[in-house]
Amino acid sequence: MNTDVSNAHDEHHDADHDDHGPDKGIGRWLFSTNHKDIGTMYLIFSLTMFFIGGAMAMVIRSELAIPGLQFVHPEFFNQMTTMHALIMVFGAVMPAFVGLANWMIPLMIGAPDMALPRMNNWSFWILPVAFGILLSTLFMPGGSPAGGWTMYPPLVLQTGDAFPFLIFSVHLMGISSIMGAINIIVTVINMRAPDMSLLKMPMFVWTWLITAYLLIAVMPVLAGAVTMLLTDQFFGTSFFLAAGGGDPVMFQHIFWFFGHPEVYIMILPAFGVVSEIIPTFARKKLFGHDSMVYAASCIAFLSFIVWAHHMFTVGMPLTGQLFFMFATMLIAVPTGVKIFNWVATMWRGSMTFETPMLFSLAFVFLFTIGGFSGLMLAVAPADVQYHDTYFVVAHFHYVLVPGSVFAIMAGAYYWLPKWTGHMYNETVGKLHFWSSTIFVNLTFFPMHFLGLAGMPRRIPDYSTQFSDFNTIASIGAIGFGLSQLIFVWVILTAKQGPKATDRVWEGSHGLEWTVPSPAPYHTFETPPQARIANEAFE
Amino acid sequence: MTPHSDERYYVPHGSHWPVVGSVGLLFLMVGVSSWLNGADTGFYIMLAGLGIIIFMITGWFSTVIGESVGGLYNAQVDKSFRQGMFWFIFSEVMFFAAFFGALFYARNMSIPWLGGDSNNFFTNLLLWEGYESTWPTNGPGNVGGDYEAMPPFGLPLINTVLLLTSSVTLTIAHHALLAGKRAQVNAFLAATFVLGFIFVYLQGVEYIEAYQHMNLKLTSGIYGSTFFMLTGFHGMHVTIGAIMLTVIWFRVLKGHFSADKHFAFEAVAWYWHFVDVVWVALYVFVYWM
Repeated sequence: MNTDVSNAHDEHHDADHDDHGPDKGIGRWLFSTNHKDIGTMYLIFSLTMFFIGGAMAMVIRSELAIPGLQFVHPEFFNQMTTMHALIMVFGAVMPAFVGLANWMIPLMIGAPDMALPRMNNWSFWILPVAFGILLSTLFMPGGSPAGGWTMYPPLVLQTGDAFPFLIFSVHLMGISSIMGAINIIVTVINMRAPDMSLLKMPMFVWTWLITAYLLIAVMPVLAGAVTMLLTDQFFGTSFFLAAGGGDPVMFQHIFWFFGHPEVYIMILPAFGVVSEIIPTFARKKLFGHDSMVYAASCIAFLSFIVWAHHMFTVGMPLTGQLFFMFATMLIAVPTGVKIFNWVATMWRGSMTFETPMLFSLAFVFLFTIGGFSGLMLAVAPADVQYHDTYFVVAHFHYVLVPGSVFAIMAGAYYWLPKWTGHMYNETVGKLHFWSSTIFVNLTFFPMHFLGLAGMPRRIPDYSTQFSDFNTIASIGAIGFGLSQLIFVWVILTAKQGPKATDRVWEGSHGLEWTVPSPAPYHTFETPPQARIANEAFE
Repeated sequence: MTPHSDERYYVPHGSHWPVVGSVGLLFLMVGVSSWLNGADTGFYIMLAGLGIIIFMITGWFSTVIGESVGGLYNAQVDKSFRQGMFWFIFSEVMFFAAFFGALFYARNMSIPWLGGDSNNFFTNLLLWEGYESTWPTNGPGNVGGDYEAMPPFGLPLINTVLLLTSSVTLTIAHHALLAGKRAQVNAFLAATFVLGFIFVYLQGVEYIEAYQHMNLKLTSGIYGSTFFMLTGFHGMHVTIGAIMLTVIWFRVLKGHFSADKHFAFEAVAWYWHFVDVVWVALYVFVYWM
């Protein structure tokens, strides 16, 4: 730890008499241009959506706990699966990562704030509007959308009054994401400390740079796809109507051209978080920093040319199936590089197992399981058996829950002392980790068996031979849901623990650890010397 | 060790415009949706939303222009704006890519398949017997009834010439700005947006012709869908671009720009060239080929 940087910082701070601290009252949050406040709002919004989407998951798992229909009508069940997915993808996981980016990227690269602070505010404040509109559809005639989050026509065109609200809420989520992504790219490219070259950037910054590029490239495509749905429904166009020369399958192609990069949008920042945490608690530098950058870039590139593996059974020329199969399997190579590097970072490190490290280790192990099942799904002839079964549900929940969500949790525990200035309660954190990890596996592991045995997804009832595993999964889901209440307790008591040092963790390195804990309202108003901060660890 | 103001990156302290914009979007989206669902009040809610958004845009921009003229922006802020504009235009490119993708998919995949190509012999025989793959088409169901396709020569060609010329006049204006020739900037910038508005007018004439005499409508199968959605979204962008050029023209008259500081001018110029490039692609793939 070098004191030079923080001293230099304090000195600058004294000179900034014209700068203000936070405003009083609600205006601080409504009109904020401060990356830390906006980051906090993103994270709180995300946690709220996590619980709303989670409550829907509880409805789904309660209904599926035993065969037969017990609690809800099949139509409502379908609304729950659709809304659960939309809320978790666009409302929980993506805003959580944007929140982490808002908080940490300026601190990590030594910037005074995000490059475009007012737009940053708007990116956030569009989200409550978007999700207010989406959630309001639950109370509309015909209920909320029930055709699946993928919105395939012609089924989605049967949605009731909710239909245009669904389309426009997706548009708003897209506008928010695009503005957020533009802000992140510009911040990273333009606002770095003078001697922080691109390849010296922390991995979290790198993965977010690549993610932001993916977001700008594909969110407009989603906007185009849902716009075509809207005009097909209300203005008589024939994009997805065979009689008019269109094709419902065309929607699937356009949607998944967005959809596949989208899944990497949800996992690349997770890679970044884990790449920050593992070196800290292994007390070694990240193994193969540059190869991590290249791997992430390769994954991003490949994500644009694999989309049709989501639709192997829809009817596509054989050459198409072969191309998309091989391109998909190729992704295992850069992903393998990443897993190898994380393991190599830990190799002979002086490891300790604080909560963020535990979540990161679980991430590496459990995300890899999700990666392997993805590799199985990539095999076109085998996918004909797995398609639309619980095997797919197991696969993407493994990459999203013990993948993305665990990385978000890891990041939250890792940076919480920097945000609040206090250590969280380690015992309670570990309790949260262990109960989450046990229950998440109890929930999703049996789904592999269910899927391989042929249980279809998106159904409220099932054949009795699937009973046992479904009951186990439902018990796991309730347990996982309740475990997250421990996290709420951690957040609510976050300011009651002992004072955190600036460095927080013994093995931490990077500019964010050179500023005081909690990080002052304004940091790095003049650029720091990144080299000083880096050298301490070389 | 007090830093000079031009060394410091300008971070605005709070702004109410984004929240005003969000309220506007709420009204707009809820209004349009209810209107589409058949509630007439939705139309007025939509208008209110549009009004709020226009109010927000003018307010937000005048704040930024005030700050810019007040000298609060250093070179680094300028760079942020430039990069932000670049990525915004890239997102627009991808939006158009979705519709071009739909056009190419329809022409190269779905229509040949409906005509029995590849392994779709029985699709053609059993579902759409006698349908022959062709372009332009309104599909095997003759959706929207018989229509005439829009010929590439005539109005569309005139429009192409107009838009390409406007790109040239804009570049001349830009060079004049760099050389500090104000009168020349005024004249050529004015020529640019006048050409832009004429383009929009002629596009309107073309649409009226299509609807009234050719029975070519948005509902004319996949040809009508792609034709009107692509040219429609493009026309919307030309309109917005021409309005932006007009604003910039007034700012030139007010003397806001200098040879070395004129981000807004360049941003609008990039946008205009982008709209131009999209038109060339449109002309080739929608009208011509």
